Amino acid sequence: MPHDIEAIAEQVFAALADPTRRAILAALASGGPATATDLAGRLPITRQAIAKHLALLAEAGLVQAEAGERRRVRYRVRSAPMQVAQQFLAALARDWDSTLDALTDHLDRGA
Amino acid sequence: MAFPDRIERTVEVAHPPATVWAALTTAEGLGAWFGNEATIDLRPGGAARMRWNEEGFTAEMRVERVEEPTVFGFTWGIYGLPADDPRRTYVEFTLEPAGTGTRLTVVETGFAQLPEDAHRKAYDGNTEGWAKELAELAAYLDAA
Repeated sequence: MPHDIEAIAEQVFAALADPTRRAILAALASGGPATATDLAGRLPITRQAIAKHLALLAEAGLVQAEAGERRRVRYRVRSAPMQVAQQFLAALARDWDSTLDALTDHLDRGA
Repeated sequence: MAFPDRIERTVEVAHPPATVWAALTTAEGLGAWFGNEATIDLRPGGAARMRWNEEGFTAEMRVERVEEPTVFGFTWGIYGLPADDPRRTYVEFTLEPAGTGTRLTVVETGFAQLPEDAHRKAYDGNTEGWAKELAELAAYLDAA
């Protein structure tokens, strides 16, 4: 198993630990690609703070910068790292203990 | 490694393997204890489906191993990923006689699976990865 998987998941969880970055990612996920200026108009955060968080998110691979209109940089969410983190959460959430308890109860009832 | 790729549990039940096998591999059994409704085409490559009414969730499974009454394996999607994500985990139940009962082991693997070029794909994330990922899924399913 590549070590990268854990590093990717760690970056996602670190990014999501900050409420401002969660708000930025949520805005990009719900509204589509946007510039730092667009985001500053929609969130109660200064453009400078948004730019700083976007740079961090881009470094972590969670958003991707792309050329927008009039050479303004737009950012879009990159879902691949989220999906890696989701796999980690899926493993933690897989509840075989309760499932096997249910099977045992079912068998005992039918006996 | 903190990232769990494999989950394994063993329970002993006071019922013979044939009884446990029926609970694991029939629509009536699966619908009674696992989900609320189930359908299953019990042969390698066969489709199975389970529905949880309360959660409004349906799992699509593909039967992979059928060795009555000792091994039953299937793959299913990873909860939380998009429905068309090709990654799947493999679940295998193994039944061993234990006295008059059964030792039942369930192993689920593949939570950490990523293609070999995971790093590039996770960071470049372009759509050209899809064809390759689907080919890898096909290879994975054929090998399972």
